[in-house]
Amino acid sequence: MALVDGLTKGLERIPGGSVILTSMDALADWSRGQSLWAMPMGTACCAMELIACSFSRFDFDRLGTFPRPDPRHTDVMILAGTITKKMQPAVKRLYEQMPDPKYVVAMGNCTITGGIFYYDSYSVVRGADEFLPVDVYIAGCPPRPEALQDGILRLRELIHTRSLAEGRTHERDLTLPGPDSPRAGTTDAARGRLVRTSESSGGEA
Amino acid sequence: MSDQTPAPVPVPADAGSSLEILREALCSVHPDLCPLFSVEFADGSLMVSRAQMHSTAAKLKELGFERFGMVTAVDFGDDFELVYRLHSSRFGVGMFLKTEVPRDEPAIETITDLWAASDWHEREVYDLMGIEFVGHPDLRRILLPDDWVGYPLRKDYHDDGVIPRPDYI
Repeated sequence: MALVDGLTKGLERIPGGSVILTSMDALADWSRGQSLWAMPMGTACCAMELIACSFSRFDFDRLGTFPRPDPRHTDVMILAGTITKKMQPAVKRLYEQMPDPKYVVAMGNCTITGGIFYYDSYSVVRGADEFLPVDVYIAGCPPRPEALQDGILRLRELIHTRSLAEGRTHERDLTLPGPDSPRAGTTDAARGRLVRTSESSGGEA
Repeated sequence: MSDQTPAPVPVPADAGSSLEILREALCSVHPDLCPLFSVEFADGSLMVSRAQMHSTAAKLKELGFERFGMVTAVDFGDDFELVYRLHSSRFGVGMFLKTEVPRDEPAIETITDLWAASDWHEREVYDLMGIEFVGHPDLRRILLPDDWVGYPLRKDYHDDGVIPRPDYI
């Protein structure tokens, strides 16, 4: 990666270099998106749907996604299931063992917000994005395998907007709601209430 | 009598249910336990004091309760009730063995020397209810992280991280 980093920095400086960079980006993004090997982080019942995805009826391999139970071989971590406070350090450690570039898919309500364990629970982490940078959220309890496959296709779109050069993005349409999008939700109910209160008071003033 | 394994109790041919057979066997071998015996949920039940607990468990094992099912605890406020579940293939019934430990001194003798399977069950009770099993070979938390403070299944457990459920759900 050091070669690519040096190359991209050099290309941005020379005249016409960005043309080469754009072509390189297109090739790199295409190849990254076509074969997203998955780390199946199945911590609870959503893992059943994740397993079903890999088998012949749904056939994840036709999207280039293939489960590898080894973080060092994988590109995307699929978090499927409730993450408890005891499991959290293990998940974090496995994520850190994955080589860059790496992506995270949060599958199921428990992984997104804690789900039914949001209230009155002493042991459940309220959402994987409390400790991991999640790229795609797939709601459902559990989501169907088709939804997970759609999530991988959306992740591919997301990868296609990223560049090899640091801080550079493509001018491409992104159907995913990003952090700035009005469609983006919040995973924290308390934060949501705060936002609503400040908006209403701001409107009156 | 206490040193040797008691001879198998003959089962009368006209005996009724397996619970009756169990009651007769228990009363003939251990008359002191006979008045404590009762029937709960179609299984035998014994309520003993804390000091008697380990010896009673040993007696039941000799009698034919060779399988340990589980141990759990109930928080009744002033006391915790420990419920041991034992099974016997000889009698074809299960048994509840119960005892109470006071809240200000929650400790009891371990039964890992009788049934090795109770090791992790006792660790779970220790983890979630905070009852100390004296003589346990490896009494650590089993489900929660090692640095956890408090015992979550106690009624008076409080954790600032828990979000209470609002009324409208």
